[in-house]
Amino acid sequence: MTEYNFAYLDEQTKRMIRRAILKGLAIPGYQVPFASREMPMPYGWGTGGVQVSAAVLTPKDTFKVIDQGADDTTNAVSIRTFFQRTAGVATTTATSDATVIQTRHRIPEEPLHEGQILVYQVPIPEPLRFLEPRESETRKMHSLEEYGLMHVKLYEDISRHGHIATSYAYPVKVEGRYVMDPSPIPKFDNPKLGDMAAIQLFGAGREQRIYALPPYTQVVSLDFEDHPFEASKADHPCGMCGATDSYLDELIIDDLGGRMFVCSDSDYCEARQATGHKGKDAA
Amino acid sequence: MQANTLSGGFADPAVGSAHAFRSVMEAMARPGTIQDIEGAAPPAPLSPAMGAVLLTLCDTETPIYLAGDMDCDAARAWLAFHTGAPFVGPAHCMFAVGKWDALAPLAVYPIGTSEYPDRSATLIVECSELAASSATLTGPGIKDQATLSLPEVEAFQANRTLFPLGLDFIFTCGERLAALPRSTEVSRSSSEAIAQVGAS
Repeated sequence: MTEYNFAYLDEQTKRMIRRAILKGLAIPGYQVPFASREMPMPYGWGTGGVQVSAAVLTPKDTFKVIDQGADDTTNAVSIRTFFQRTAGVATTTATSDATVIQTRHRIPEEPLHEGQILVYQVPIPEPLRFLEPRESETRKMHSLEEYGLMHVKLYEDISRHGHIATSYAYPVKVEGRYVMDPSPIPKFDNPKLGDMAAIQLFGAGREQRIYALPPYTQVVSLDFEDHPFEASKADHPCGMCGATDSYLDELIIDDLGGRMFVCSDSDYCEARQATGHKGKDAA
Repeated sequence: MQANTLSGGFADPAVGSAHAFRSVMEAMARPGTIQDIEGAAPPAPLSPAMGAVLLTLCDTETPIYLAGDMDCDAARAWLAFHTGAPFVGPAHCMFAVGKWDALAPLAVYPIGTSEYPDRSATLIVECSELAASSATLTGPGIKDQATLSLPEVEAFQANRTLFPLGLDFIFTCGERLAALPRSTEVSRSSSEAIAQVGAS
Protein backbone atom coordinates (compact mmCIF):
# COMPACT_ATOMS: atom_id res chain seq x y z
CA MET A 1 0.00 0.00 0.00
CA THR A 2 2.74 2.49 0.91
CA GLU A 3 4.54 2.06 -2.41
CA TYR A 4 1.77 3.83 -4.31
CA ASN A 5 -0.33 6.93 -3.83
CA PHE A 6 -3.90 6.04 -2.85
CA ALA A 7 -5.60 4.51 -5.92
CA TYR A 8 -2.34 4.50 -7.91
CA LEU A 9 -2.66 7.82 -9.78
CA ASP A 10 -0.94 10.98 -8.54
CA GLU A 11 -3.14 13.75 -7.16
CA GLN A 12 -2.70 16.17 -10.06
CA THR A 13 -3.85 13.53 -12.54
CA LYS A 14 -6.85 12.74 -10.38
CA ARG A 15 -7.81 16.42 -10.19
CA MET A 16 -7.63 16.65 -14.00
CA ILE A 17 -9.84 13.55 -14.37
CA ARG A 18 -12.24 14.80 -11.69
CA ARG A 19 -12.69 18.11 -13.50
CA ALA A 20 -13.43 16.20 -16.72
CA ILE A 21 -16.00 14.02 -14.92
CA LEU A 22 -17.83 17.08 -13.56
CA LYS A 23 -18.01 18.70 -17.02
CA GLY A 24 -19.14 15.36 -18.44
CA LEU A 25 -21.99 15.20 -15.89
CA ALA A 26 -22.95 18.80 -16.68
CA ILE A 27 -23.15 18.07 -20.44
CA PRO A 28 -24.63 14.54 -20.60
CA GLY A 29 -23.37 12.53 -23.56
CA TYR A 30 -20.66 15.00 -24.59
CA GLN A 31 -17.11 13.57 -24.80
CA VAL A 32 -14.73 15.57 -22.62
CA PRO A 33 -11.06 15.33 -23.71
CA PHE A 34 -8.67 14.40 -20.91
CA ALA A 35 -4.95 13.75 -20.63
CA SER A 36 -5.05 9.98 -20.33
CA ARG A 37 -2.05 8.48 -18.55
CA GLU A 38 -0.08 5.34 -19.22
CA MET A 39 -1.42 2.67 -16.91
CA PRO A 40 0.30 -0.55 -15.90
CA MET A 41 -1.81 -2.48 -18.40
CA PRO A 42 -2.15 -2.29 -22.18
CA TYR A 43 -4.65 -0.09 -24.00
CA GLY A 44 -7.75 -2.11 -24.67
CA TRP A 45 -7.69 -3.62 -21.19
CA GLY A 46 -9.72 -0.90 -19.58
CA THR A 47 -7.21 1.88 -19.00
CA GLY A 48 -9.93 4.52 -19.36
CA GLY A 49 -12.23 2.81 -16.90
CA VAL A 50 -9.35 2.26 -14.49
CA GLN A 51 -8.43 5.95 -14.52
CA VAL A 52 -12.05 6.98 -13.89
CA SER A 53 -12.35 4.43 -11.09
CA ALA A 54 -9.11 5.69 -9.55
CA ALA A 55 -10.48 9.23 -9.55
CA VAL A 56 -13.78 8.33 -7.87
CA LEU A 57 -12.81 5.62 -5.38
CA THR A 58 -12.61 6.34 -1.65
CA PRO A 59 -11.28 3.88 0.95
CA LYS A 60 -14.87 3.25 2.10
CA ASP A 61 -16.00 1.91 -1.27
CA THR A 62 -16.84 -1.67 -2.15
CA PHE A 63 -15.58 -2.38 -5.65
CA LYS A 64 -16.85 -4.84 -8.24
CA VAL A 65 -15.46 -5.46 -11.72
CA ILE A 66 -17.21 -7.32 -14.50
CA ASP A 67 -15.97 -8.31 -17.93
CA GLN A 68 -18.79 -9.23 -20.33
CA GLY A 69 -20.92 -9.67 -17.20
CA ALA A 70 -18.55 -12.09 -15.46
CA ASP A 71 -16.60 -11.42 -12.24
CA ASP A 72 -14.16 -14.24 -12.81
CA THR A 73 -12.50 -13.48 -16.14
CA THR A 74 -8.88 -12.33 -16.50
CA ASN A 75 -9.61 -8.65 -17.08
CA ALA A 76 -12.06 -8.42 -14.18
CA VAL A 77 -9.84 -10.31 -11.75
CA SER A 78 -6.73 -8.28 -12.56
CA ILE A 79 -8.45 -4.88 -12.26
CA ARG A 80 -10.16 -5.93 -9.02
CA THR A 81 -6.81 -7.02 -7.59
CA PHE A 82 -5.17 -3.82 -8.84
CA PHE A 83 -7.46 -1.61 -6.73
CA GLN A 84 -7.40 -4.02 -3.82
CA ARG A 85 -3.65 -3.48 -3.71
CA THR A 86 -3.38 0.21 -4.61
CA ALA A 87 -6.52 1.61 -2.95
CA GLY A 88 -7.13 -0.96 -0.22
CA VAL A 89 -10.83 -1.03 -1.07
CA ALA A 90 -13.15 -3.89 -0.19
CA THR A 91 -14.21 -5.94 -3.19
CA THR A 92 -17.29 -7.96 -3.94
CA THR A 93 -18.95 -9.88 -6.73
CA ALA A 94 -22.48 -9.12 -5.47
CA THR A 95 -23.99 -6.34 -7.59
CA SER A 96 -26.16 -4.94 -4.80
CA ASP A 97 -23.25 -4.71 -2.31
CA ALA A 98 -20.95 -2.74 -4.61
CA THR A 99 -20.72 1.06 -4.51
CA VAL A 100 -18.46 1.34 -7.56
CA ILE A 101 -18.79 -1.15 -10.43
CA GLN A 102 -16.34 -1.09 -13.29
CA THR A 103 -17.70 -2.85 -16.33
CA ARG A 104 -16.57 -4.02 -19.71
CA HIS A 105 -19.44 -4.40 -22.19
CA ARG A 106 -22.40 -5.17 -19.88
CA ILE A 107 -24.84 -3.54 -17.48
CA PRO A 108 -25.68 -5.85 -14.56
CA GLU A 109 -29.08 -7.54 -14.74
CA GLU A 110 -30.01 -6.45 -11.22
CA PRO A 111 -31.27 -2.84 -11.26
CA LEU A 112 -28.71 -0.46 -9.73
CA HIS A 113 -29.66 1.89 -6.93
CA GLU A 114 -28.81 5.43 -5.84
CA GLY A 115 -25.38 5.66 -4.31
CA GLN A 116 -23.87 3.32 -6.89
CA ILE A 117 -21.51 4.35 -9.69
CA LEU A 118 -21.14 2.36 -12.90
CA VAL A 119 -17.81 2.93 -14.70
CA TYR A 120 -17.63 1.74 -18.31
CA GLN A 121 -14.48 0.78 -20.19
CA VAL A 122 -14.82 2.31 -23.65
CA PRO A 123 -12.71 1.34 -26.66
CA ILE A 124 -14.02 3.85 -29.28
CA PRO A 125 -16.01 6.68 -27.66
CA GLU A 126 -16.93 8.40 -30.92
CA PRO A 127 -20.16 6.92 -32.36
CA LEU A 128 -19.46 8.60 -35.70
CA ARG A 129 -15.85 7.38 -36.00
CA PHE A 130 -16.46 4.51 -38.43
CA LEU A 131 -18.54 6.82 -40.60
CA GLU A 132 -16.13 9.78 -40.48
CA PRO A 133 -12.52 9.10 -39.49
CA ARG A 134 -11.49 12.74 -38.94
CA GLU A 135 -11.82 13.99 -35.37
CA SER A 136 -12.04 17.60 -36.63
CA GLU A 137 -15.12 16.61 -38.66
CA THR A 138 -16.90 14.51 -36.04
CA ARG A 139 -16.42 17.28 -33.50
CA LYS A 140 -18.04 19.71 -35.92
CA MET A 141 -20.87 17.24 -36.54
CA HIS A 142 -21.57 17.04 -32.79
CA SER A 143 -21.47 20.81 -32.45
CA LEU A 144 -23.96 21.23 -35.31
CA GLU A 145 -26.09 18.28 -34.17
CA GLU A 146 -25.50 16.81 -37.63
CA TYR A 147 -26.42 13.18 -37.06
CA GLY A 148 -27.98 12.33 -40.42
CA LEU A 149 -25.07 10.05 -41.28
CA MET A 150 -25.85 7.83 -38.30
CA HIS A 151 -29.41 7.36 -39.48
CA VAL A 152 -28.09 6.55 -42.95
CA LYS A 153 -25.97 3.80 -41.42
CA LEU A 154 -28.98 2.32 -39.62
CA TYR A 155 -31.02 2.65 -42.82
CA GLU A 156 -28.34 0.77 -44.78
CA ASP A 157 -28.69 -2.01 -42.22
CA ILE A 158 -32.38 -2.20 -43.02
CA SER A 159 -31.89 -2.16 -46.79
CA ARG A 160 -29.25 -4.89 -46.56
CA HIS A 161 -30.67 -7.15 -43.84
CA GLY A 162 -34.32 -6.16 -43.58
CA HIS A 163 -33.86 -4.97 -40.02
CA ILE A 164 -31.37 -2.91 -37.98
CA ALA A 165 -28.56 -5.46 -37.65
CA THR A 166 -26.41 -3.38 -35.27
CA SER A 167 -26.46 -5.55 -32.14
CA TYR A 168 -23.92 -3.90 -29.83
CA ALA A 169 -22.52 -0.37 -29.35
CA TYR A 170 -25.97 0.70 -30.53
CA PRO A 171 -26.04 4.52 -30.76
CA VAL A 172 -28.23 6.50 -28.38
CA LYS A 173 -29.32 10.12 -28.16
CA VAL A 174 -28.96 11.73 -24.75
CA GLU A 175 -31.51 14.33 -23.59
CA GLY A 176 -32.35 15.07 -27.21
CA ARG A 177 -28.90 16.53 -27.88
CA TYR A 178 -25.75 14.39 -28.14
CA VAL A 179 -25.52 11.08 -29.95
CA MET A 180 -23.42 8.81 -27.74
CA ASP A 181 -21.73 5.44 -28.01
CA PRO A 182 -22.85 3.41 -24.99
CA SER A 183 -19.61 1.33 -25.33
CA PRO A 184 -19.96 -2.16 -26.83
CA ILE A 185 -22.77 -3.26 -24.54
CA PRO A 186 -25.34 -5.50 -26.28
CA LYS A 187 -28.36 -3.53 -27.41
CA PHE A 188 -30.29 -5.69 -24.93
CA ASP A 189 -28.79 -3.39 -22.26
CA ASN A 190 -29.68 -0.09 -23.98
CA PRO A 191 -33.04 0.37 -22.23
CA LYS A 192 -31.23 0.29 -18.86
CA LEU A 193 -29.10 3.34 -19.75
CA GLY A 194 -31.92 5.82 -19.37
CA ASP A 195 -33.59 6.68 -16.07
CA MET A 196 -30.97 4.71 -14.14
CA ALA A 197 -30.69 5.52 -10.43
CA ALA A 198 -26.89 5.16 -10.46
CA ILE A 199 -24.31 7.55 -11.93
CA GLN A 200 -22.79 6.26 -15.19
CA LEU A 201 -19.26 7.30 -16.13
CA PHE A 202 -17.48 6.31 -19.36
CA GLY A 203 -13.69 6.29 -19.74
CA ALA A 204 -11.75 5.76 -22.98
CA GLY A 205 -8.03 5.62 -22.20
CA ARG A 206 -6.42 5.30 -25.61
CA GLU A 207 -8.86 7.79 -27.15
CA GLN A 208 -8.55 10.15 -24.16
CA ARG A 209 -12.24 10.86 -23.62
CA ILE A 210 -14.52 10.85 -20.60
CA TYR A 211 -18.29 11.17 -20.76
CA ALA A 212 -21.13 10.66 -18.36
CA LEU A 213 -24.82 10.14 -17.75
CA PRO A 214 -26.25 11.59 -14.54
CA PRO A 215 -29.01 9.53 -12.89
CA TYR A 216 -32.48 9.69 -14.43
CA THR A 217 -31.21 10.99 -17.76
CA GLN A 218 -33.28 10.53 -20.90
CA VAL A 219 -31.49 8.14 -23.24
CA VAL A 220 -33.16 7.07 -26.50
CA SER A 221 -31.85 4.38 -28.85
CA LEU A 222 -31.91 5.69 -32.43
CA ASP A 223 -34.51 4.05 -34.66
CA PHE A 224 -37.19 4.64 -37.28
CA GLU A 225 -40.97 4.80 -36.84
CA ASP A 226 -41.43 1.72 -39.06
CA HIS A 227 -38.38 -0.05 -37.62
CA PRO A 228 -38.55 0.64 -33.90
CA PHE A 229 -35.62 -0.21 -31.64
CA GLU A 230 -35.75 -3.72 -30.27
CA ALA A 231 -33.68 -5.00 -27.33
CA SER A 232 -32.81 -8.48 -28.57
CA LYS A 233 -31.30 -11.55 -26.93
CA ALA A 234 -30.87 -15.23 -27.72
CA ASP A 235 -34.30 -16.85 -27.63
CA HIS A 236 -33.54 -19.44 -24.95
CA PRO A 237 -33.72 -19.75 -21.18
CA CYS A 238 -30.42 -19.86 -19.27
CA GLY A 239 -29.13 -23.45 -19.15
CA MET A 240 -27.85 -23.07 -15.58
CA CYS A 241 -30.51 -21.01 -13.79
CA GLY A 242 -33.45 -21.07 -16.20
CA ALA A 243 -33.75 -17.27 -16.37
CA THR A 244 -35.69 -16.03 -19.37
CA ASP A 245 -35.08 -12.31 -18.79
CA SER A 246 -31.28 -12.16 -18.83
CA TYR A 247 -28.72 -11.66 -21.58
CA LEU A 248 -27.17 -14.98 -22.63
CA ASP A 249 -23.77 -16.18 -23.81
CA GLU A 250 -23.71 -19.07 -26.26
CA LEU A 251 -21.15 -21.72 -25.29
CA ILE A 252 -19.93 -24.46 -27.60
CA ILE A 253 -19.56 -27.50 -25.36
CA ASP A 254 -18.25 -30.22 -27.69
CA ASP A 255 -17.07 -30.69 -31.27
CA LEU A 256 -20.39 -32.17 -32.40
CA GLY A 257 -22.24 -28.86 -32.50
CA GLY A 258 -23.44 -29.12 -28.90
CA ARG A 259 -24.16 -25.78 -27.30
CA MET A 260 -25.70 -24.23 -24.27
CA PHE A 261 -26.88 -20.76 -23.34
CA VAL A 262 -25.96 -19.26 -19.97
CA CYS A 263 -26.42 -15.86 -18.32
CA SER A 264 -23.56 -13.51 -19.14
CA ASP A 265 -24.06 -11.88 -15.71
CA SER A 266 -22.35 -14.45 -13.47
CA ASP A 267 -23.52 -12.87 -10.21
CA TYR A 268 -27.15 -12.85 -11.36
CA CYS A 269 -26.94 -16.49 -12.47
CA GLU A 270 -25.22 -17.69 -9.29
CA ALA A 271 -27.68 -15.84 -7.07
CA ARG A 272 -30.59 -17.48 -8.88
CA GLN A 273 -29.01 -20.93 -8.64
CA ALA A 274 -28.41 -20.38 -4.91
CA THR A 275 -32.14 -19.74 -4.44
CA GLY A 276 -33.01 -23.02 -6.14
CA HIS A 277 -33.58 -22.02 -9.76
CA LYS A 278 -32.34 -24.68 -12.12
CA GLY A 279 -31.95 -24.71 -15.88
CA LYS A 280 -32.06 -27.76 -18.14
CA ASP A 281 -28.26 -28.07 -18.38
CA ALA A 282 -27.55 -27.65 -14.64
CA ALA A 283 -25.70 -30.58 -13.08
CA MET B 1 2.95 35.19 6.00
CA GLN B 2 0.27 34.19 8.46
CA ALA B 3 0.54 30.90 10.29
CA ASN B 4 -2.90 29.85 9.08
CA THR B 5 -1.76 30.14 5.46
CA LEU B 6 0.16 26.91 5.84
CA SER B 7 -2.50 25.01 7.78
CA GLY B 8 -6.04 24.05 6.88
CA GLY B 9 -5.32 21.65 4.03
CA PHE B 10 -6.52 18.04 3.96
CA ALA B 11 -4.85 16.02 6.74
CA ASP B 12 -4.43 13.16 4.25
CA PRO B 13 -4.58 14.83 0.80
CA ALA B 14 -5.28 11.71 -1.29
CA VAL B 15 -8.07 10.36 0.91
CA GLY B 16 -9.44 13.76 1.92
CA SER B 17 -9.81 14.91 -1.67
CA ALA B 18 -11.29 11.56 -2.69
CA HIS B 19 -14.10 11.96 -0.15
CA ALA B 20 -14.56 15.64 -1.02
CA PHE B 21 -14.74 14.85 -4.73
CA ARG B 22 -17.48 12.28 -4.18
CA SER B 23 -19.54 14.97 -2.45
CA VAL B 24 -18.97 17.38 -5.34
CA MET B 25 -19.73 14.69 -7.92
CA GLU B 26 -22.93 13.56 -6.16
CA ALA B 27 -24.03 17.20 -6.00
CA MET B 28 -23.29 17.80 -9.69
CA ALA B 29 -24.90 14.50 -10.74
CA ARG B 30 -28.00 15.09 -8.59
CA PRO B 31 -28.77 18.82 -8.82
CA GLY B 32 -30.58 20.15 -5.78
CA THR B 33 -29.27 17.58 -3.33
CA ILE B 34 -27.26 19.01 -0.45
CA GLN B 35 -24.06 17.13 0.36
CA ASP B 36 -21.72 17.29 3.33
CA ILE B 37 -18.11 18.09 2.59
CA GLU B 38 -15.33 18.41 5.13
CA GLY B 39 -11.63 18.22 5.75
CA ALA B 40 -10.52 21.75 4.89
CA ALA B 41 -10.06 24.70 7.25
CA PRO B 42 -9.36 27.76 5.08
CA PRO B 43 -9.09 31.30 6.47
CA ALA B 44 -12.17 33.57 6.34
CA PRO B 45 -13.94 34.56 4.14
CA LEU B 46 -13.60 31.10 2.54
CA SER B 47 -15.98 28.58 4.09
CA PRO B 48 -14.76 25.05 4.89
CA ALA B 49 -16.87 23.73 1.99
CA MET B 50 -15.43 26.32 -0.39
CA GLY B 51 -11.92 25.43 0.76
CA ALA B 52 -12.50 21.72 0.26
CA VAL B 53 -13.91 22.20 -3.27
CA LEU B 54 -10.94 24.35 -4.27
CA LEU B 55 -8.40 21.94 -2.79
CA THR B 56 -10.08 19.05 -4.63
CA LEU B 57 -10.34 20.64 -8.07
CA CYS B 58 -7.73 23.37 -8.38
CA ASP B 59 -4.01 23.33 -9.13
CA THR B 60 -1.49 25.17 -11.29
CA GLU B 61 -3.54 24.37 -14.40
CA THR B 62 -6.75 26.05 -13.23
CA PRO B 63 -6.91 29.86 -13.25
CA ILE B 64 -9.10 31.19 -10.43
CA TYR B 65 -11.03 34.44 -10.28
CA LEU B 66 -11.63 35.77 -6.78
CA ALA B 67 -14.64 38.10 -6.76
CA GLY B 68 -15.43 40.87 -4.27
CA ASP B 69 -14.60 40.13 -0.63
CA MET B 70 -13.00 36.83 -1.57
CA ASP B 71 -10.14 38.70 -3.23
CA CYS B 72 -8.16 39.30 -0.04
CA ASP B 73 -4.63 38.55 1.11
CA ALA B 74 -5.68 35.69 3.37
CA ALA B 75 -7.54 33.82 0.59
CA ARG B 76 -4.86 34.52 -2.02
CA ALA B 77 -2.03 33.36 0.22
CA TRP B 78 -3.89 30.21 1.30
CA LEU B 79 -4.83 29.21 -2.25
CA ALA B 80 -1.36 30.05 -3.58
CA PHE B 81 0.26 27.79 -0.99
CA HIS B 82 -2.21 24.89 -1.16
CA THR B 83 -3.12 24.84 -4.87
CA GLY B 84 -0.61 27.02 -6.75
CA ALA B 85 -3.46 28.20 -8.96
CA PRO B 86 -2.89 31.46 -10.89
CA PHE B 87 -5.28 34.35 -10.19
CA VAL B 88 -6.92 35.91 -13.24
CA GLY B 89 -9.85 38.09 -14.23
CA PRO B 90 -13.35 36.66 -14.84
CA ALA B 91 -12.96 36.34 -18.63
CA HIS B 92 -10.08 33.85 -18.34
CA CYS B 93 -10.97 31.82 -15.27
CA MET B 94 -11.84 28.14 -14.98
CA PHE B 95 -13.18 28.64 -11.47
CA ALA B 96 -14.76 31.79 -10.08
CA VAL B 97 -15.13 32.19 -6.35
CA GLY B 98 -17.39 34.67 -4.61
CA LYS B 99 -20.75 35.67 -3.23
CA TRP B 100 -23.56 35.83 -5.79
CA ASP B 101 -23.73 39.63 -6.06
CA ALA B 102 -19.96 39.94 -6.42
CA LEU B 103 -19.84 37.38 -9.24
CA ALA B 104 -22.29 39.31 -11.47
CA PRO B 105 -22.49 39.97 -14.40
CA LEU B 106 -22.40 36.37 -15.66
CA ALA B 107 -21.90 37.37 -19.30
CA VAL B 108 -18.14 37.86 -18.83
CA TYR B 109 -17.30 34.24 -17.93
CA PRO B 110 -16.22 31.71 -20.57
CA ILE B 111 -19.15 29.49 -21.59
CA GLY B 112 -17.16 27.14 -23.81
CA THR B 113 -17.28 26.81 -27.59
CA SER B 114 -19.74 24.79 -29.63
CA GLU B 115 -17.01 22.22 -30.36
CA TYR B 116 -15.64 22.26 -26.80
CA PRO B 117 -18.50 23.19 -24.46
CA ASP B 118 -16.46 21.81 -21.54
CA ARG B 119 -14.10 24.78 -21.76
CA SER B 120 -16.39 26.84 -19.59
CA ALA B 121 -16.13 28.34 -16.13
CA THR B 122 -17.47 26.77 -12.96
CA LEU B 123 -18.76 29.36 -10.50
CA ILE B 124 -18.41 28.47 -6.84
CA VAL B 125 -20.90 30.61 -4.99
CA GLU B 126 -20.62 31.22 -1.25
CA CYS B 127 -24.14 31.31 0.18
CA SER B 128 -25.47 32.39 3.56
CA GLU B 129 -27.98 29.54 3.50
CA LEU B 130 -28.57 26.33 1.59
CA ALA B 131 -31.98 24.70 1.78
CA ALA B 132 -34.51 22.77 -0.24
CA SER B 133 -36.76 25.71 -1.00
CA SER B 134 -37.58 28.58 -3.36
CA ALA B 135 -36.63 27.26 -6.83
CA THR B 136 -37.89 24.13 -8.59
CA LEU B 137 -35.35 22.12 -10.59
CA THR B 138 -35.93 19.54 -13.31
CA GLY B 139 -33.60 17.86 -15.77
CA PRO B 140 -30.84 15.24 -15.93
CA GLY B 141 -29.95 13.86 -12.50
CA ILE B 142 -33.35 14.69 -11.01
CA LYS B 143 -36.00 11.99 -10.71
CA ASP B 144 -39.14 14.11 -10.76
CA GLN B 145 -38.21 17.49 -9.41
CA ALA B 146 -36.00 19.01 -6.75
CA THR B 147 -36.00 22.27 -4.85
CA LEU B 148 -33.03 24.41 -3.93
CA SER B 149 -32.57 27.88 -2.46
CA LEU B 150 -31.07 29.78 -5.39
CA PRO B 151 -30.06 33.45 -5.17
CA GLU B 152 -32.29 34.17 -8.17
CA VAL B 153 -34.04 32.32 -11.00
CA GLU B 154 -33.68 34.37 -14.20
CA ALA B 155 -29.89 34.07 -14.46
CA PHE B 156 -30.10 30.27 -14.36
CA GLN B 157 -32.92 30.19 -16.89
CA ALA B 158 -30.83 32.34 -19.24
CA ASN B 159 -27.84 30.04 -18.67
CA ARG B 160 -30.00 27.00 -19.54
CA THR B 161 -30.89 28.47 -22.92
CA LEU B 162 -27.19 28.42 -23.87
CA PHE B 163 -27.02 24.60 -23.55
CA PRO B 164 -24.79 22.78 -24.40
CA LEU B 165 -22.70 25.87 -23.67
CA GLY B 166 -23.04 27.62 -20.36
CA LEU B 167 -21.76 27.91 -16.81
CA ASP B 168 -21.93 25.34 -14.05
CA PHE B 169 -22.50 26.33 -10.44
CA ILE B 170 -21.48 24.95 -7.07
CA PHE B 171 -23.07 26.51 -3.99
CA THR B 172 -21.18 26.30 -0.71
CA CYS B 173 -22.34 27.10 2.79
CA GLY B 174 -20.46 26.10 5.94
CA GLU B 175 -19.60 22.43 5.49
CA ARG B 176 -22.27 21.70 2.89
CA LEU B 177 -22.63 22.16 -0.83
CA ALA B 178 -25.07 21.78 -3.73
CA ALA B 179 -24.63 22.18 -7.46
CA LEU B 180 -26.50 23.31 -10.54
CA PRO B 181 -25.14 22.20 -13.91
CA ARG B 182 -26.12 24.03 -17.10
CA SER B 183 -28.51 21.19 -18.02
CA THR B 184 -30.98 21.94 -15.20
CA GLU B 185 -34.27 23.69 -15.90
CA VAL B 186 -35.05 26.20 -13.16
CA SER B 187 -38.43 27.67 -12.31
CA ARG B 188 -39.88 29.51 -9.37
CA SER B 189 -41.65 27.22 -6.91
CA SER B 190 -45.39 27.36 -7.36
CA SER B 191 -45.93 28.47 -3.75
CA GLU B 192 -43.62 31.43 -4.27
CA ALA B 193 -45.21 32.26 -7.63
CA ILE B 194 -48.61 32.39 -5.94
CA ALA B 195 -47.21 34.63 -3.21
CA GLN B 196 -45.85 36.99 -5.86
CA VAL B 197 -49.13 37.10 -7.75
CA GLY B 198 -50.91 37.81 -4.48
CA ALA B 199 -48.53 40.67 -3.72
CA SER B 200 -48.83 42.34 -7.11
